Amino acid sequence: MPKFVEAEVVVIGGGPAGMAAALSAWEYGMRKIFLLERNAHLGGILNQCIHPGFGLHIFGEELTGPEYAERYMEALGRTGVEVLTDTTVLEVHKDRAVVAVNRGGIWIFHPQAVVFAMGCRERTRGMIRLPGTRPAGIFTAGCAQYLVNVEGYLPGKRVVILGSGDIGLIMARRLTLEGVKVEAVVEIRPTLSGLLRNYVQCLQDFHIPLLLSHTVFEVLGQERVEGVLVGEVDAKGKPKGRLRHIPCDTLLLSVGLIPEVELLKRAGIPLCSSSGGPFVDEDFACDVPGFFACGNVVAVFDLVDYVTRSAERVGKRISEGLRDEKPPLILVPGKGVAAIVPQRIRERREGFLYVRPKESLRKAKLSLVQQGRELYHVSVPLCRPGEMIHLEISQIPWPKERKEVEVVLEGEKHVDLFSGALYCMSSGMSD
Amino acid sequence: MISSRVLCIVCPLGCQIEVKEKDGKLSFHGGCARGKSYAKQEVTYPCRMVTTTVSIRGGEIPRLPVRTSRPFPKDRILALMEFLRSFEVEAPVKRGEVLFRNLLGTGIDLIATRTIHRLEKEGEDSREA
Repeated sequence: MPKFVEAEVVVIGGGPAGMAAALSAWEYGMRKIFLLERNAHLGGILNQCIHPGFGLHIFGEELTGPEYAERYMEALGRTGVEVLTDTTVLEVHKDRAVVAVNRGGIWIFHPQAVVFAMGCRERTRGMIRLPGTRPAGIFTAGCAQYLVNVEGYLPGKRVVILGSGDIGLIMARRLTLEGVKVEAVVEIRPTLSGLLRNYVQCLQDFHIPLLLSHTVFEVLGQERVEGVLVGEVDAKGKPKGRLRHIPCDTLLLSVGLIPEVELLKRAGIPLCSSSGGPFVDEDFACDVPGFFACGNVVAVFDLVDYVTRSAERVGKRISEGLRDEKPPLILVPGKGVAAIVPQRIRERREGFLYVRPKESLRKAKLSLVQQGRELYHVSVPLCRPGEMIHLEISQIPWPKERKEVEVVLEGEKHVDLFSGALYCMSSGMSD
Repeated sequence: MISSRVLCIVCPLGCQIEVKEKDGKLSFHGGCARGKSYAKQEVTYPCRMVTTTVSIRGGEIPRLPVRTSRPFPKDRILALMEFLRSFEVEAPVKRGEVLFRNLLGTGIDLIATRTIHRLEKEGEDSREA
């Protein structure tokens, strides 16, 4: 027999977003709050992110992932939020029924508000159609990070990393410190995907080559990875020149993250094709009343601080109950913009508008345009796809007219100073 | 005269700062005031916060994440890692606890970054937790 539980709020996922959302609901007076986490511990991905760099915006100091997570666990411990770990949510229904399972059996929650905080998952080999054999030794960077930092296993002895996202860069340093030889980081785009700081401190510090405009064309090896064939690509992503063989026993993939939205699909929550997550308004409410989403399930944020900030917005809105809303103002990404969050603006008009640039630009102008008329603009000296631009929503003069508002980013193409230098370094590498 | 280049990471602009040394005096070209001071640190005494894990006995998980109390001299990081390879602590450990003082004579300490409780059941493999 399933256990039926009436609740005010059910938060799905106990990472940074879920913990902050549950705390926010508690602060605004909700008292029957359940936080459901599938792992044995709260904290989510922060537990394996043992490097520093978390919390500069929220706490004004640089913390490691576990330190950041523990502050929220302690805060939760001082509330009456009911935390259920080792609990997996199987389904969420349109009527907000949440079906979960744990050692105690099956639970069916009937909350007034459901908060999705499941975060994101890594893109895998299949998603980038990586050719070659299928031996052991191919891991996503985050999976390798878990093995090394939490379980204490090394994934291999000689590693090539495909993709220059932050997790890949951080794993290059982490593995080097543990005595693993990192042969190269290979990036298909002409620019770095991660933060410049991580390039300097994770690759440059250890003389790890970064091969820009290169990719892995084939994985070699039968039982175990024996090497990869790497080559240059042209501006259209087509192979150029001859391939070089890099012997290695392990290939890590750091090729992007995608919001984990399976539960939202089943609940019929409308999803945004550019962010990969649900459409949300400035309070992180979804298009269907009673449903909220915060953190990386909405869009993959650069910093955990932004994730926390997004989750802190849901409590107030939940406390105001479910009222019939006027149709919101709709925002859409325009020229030069890869994704925006939120995509709807209602009456609150607080919080931040996050804009993900499509490419690196300097002397750029970010503008909001409605029917060809510019409502607002701000100048951006430099932007990169790896770093979101954020604007305070309250500073923007929102129009009365409910017509679509386009977010546009224009400027001069920017190439990072170091790109040229690196390229020379990469061509100097022997076959 | 010796010259080297520092890629500045103080802000997202990522300026290239050229550092020249002549008769023991440093001069900086490019970058802002904050960048120049970063570049000076980088060419004279570069340091990095080191984060890693160490073995923990009797804990609910097998590895304890740790960090240095201050940024650690860059050229001694690999020696520090070598030292920590054989370092082991006993659960329970509280976040912020000093696990070792004066690492390699630097005056820098080793700090736990996660609270790990003692595994209650005797004889159970800590990996099961």
